[in-house]
Amino acid sequence: MAVRVGIVTFPGSLDDRDAQRAARLAGAEAVPLWHGDPDLRGVDAVILPGGFSYGDYLRCGAIARFAPVMDAIIAGARDGLPVLGICNGFQILCESHLLPGALVRNDHRKFVCKDQRLRIENASTAWTSGYATGQEIVIPLKNGEGGYVASDATLDELEAEGRIIARYLDGNPNGSYRDIAGVSNAAGNVVGLMPHPEHAVESLTGPSTDGLGFFSSVIASVLSSTLATAR
Amino acid sequence: MPRVIVDVVLKPEILDPQGQAILGALGRLGVAGVSSVRQGKHFELDVEDSVGEDALQHIADTLLANPVIENFTIRRA
Repeated sequence: MAVRVGIVTFPGSLDDRDAQRAARLAGAEAVPLWHGDPDLRGVDAVILPGGFSYGDYLRCGAIARFAPVMDAIIAGARDGLPVLGICNGFQILCESHLLPGALVRNDHRKFVCKDQRLRIENASTAWTSGYATGQEIVIPLKNGEGGYVASDATLDELEAEGRIIARYLDGNPNGSYRDIAGVSNAAGNVVGLMPHPEHAVESLTGPSTDGLGFFSSVIASVLSSTLATAR
Repeated sequence: MPRVIVDVVLKPEILDPQGQAILGALGRLGVAGVSSVRQGKHFELDVEDSVGEDALQHIADTLLANPVIENFTIRRA
């Protein structure tokens, strides 16, 4: 049976359909989840997609954090459920305190939209195991509030524990501290990423197919943990 | 019903691009002598007497402000 990847739609989500499509292209069954429904429908992993949930009111992700579906996701994430937050999803994971730090307005004050080169810094998380550590990929970046900030102590801890999973190359596009494009929690099942792998899964529409690895990684991760449980 | 004011500002070490944009506009307004602008948020809450200090602290700390990047003050109007 196919691995079931749930993709949450909040009011204002934009990239939920692209994330569903990316999950399907990687070989998973994409399961739509609704912000107002606490039922996770038995999914094996969850993606919080990009967009502008609740119109970015108050702070990006601050209202979405209190959506009914998030209680189940937060509880699941603490029990090892793989969760990937992309762009606005990353902001929601930070607001939920599943990931440290916060995302603030780009230092240059302009929205950025470009194909972005990244280096995968940790290829052992549930969402990056299909890459090699040090591998360089190109996927779209599009954000107005993508500057990753955290205290020096937190940043040092993330560095020491290998929890910076991707960094920007060719210059810093949004003022993120230490060129951070993505981080994970300590267990490696929760990952937040500002650029958009779901837009780089087909050569027809993306700059590359480099983004597929995030989706194939979680499929492999779910299957290997299922096997381990069966033994 | 008592009114409670919560003011939220970015921590001093966090860059405030919006404040910088306002500072730039001040120059074009023709006002001299302003060296820094920090933009924040101002909330006015009408609360029943049963809402105590702990609840207000919880509201500000959990929803109105993100303590990772922001400081807040609570006062009764």
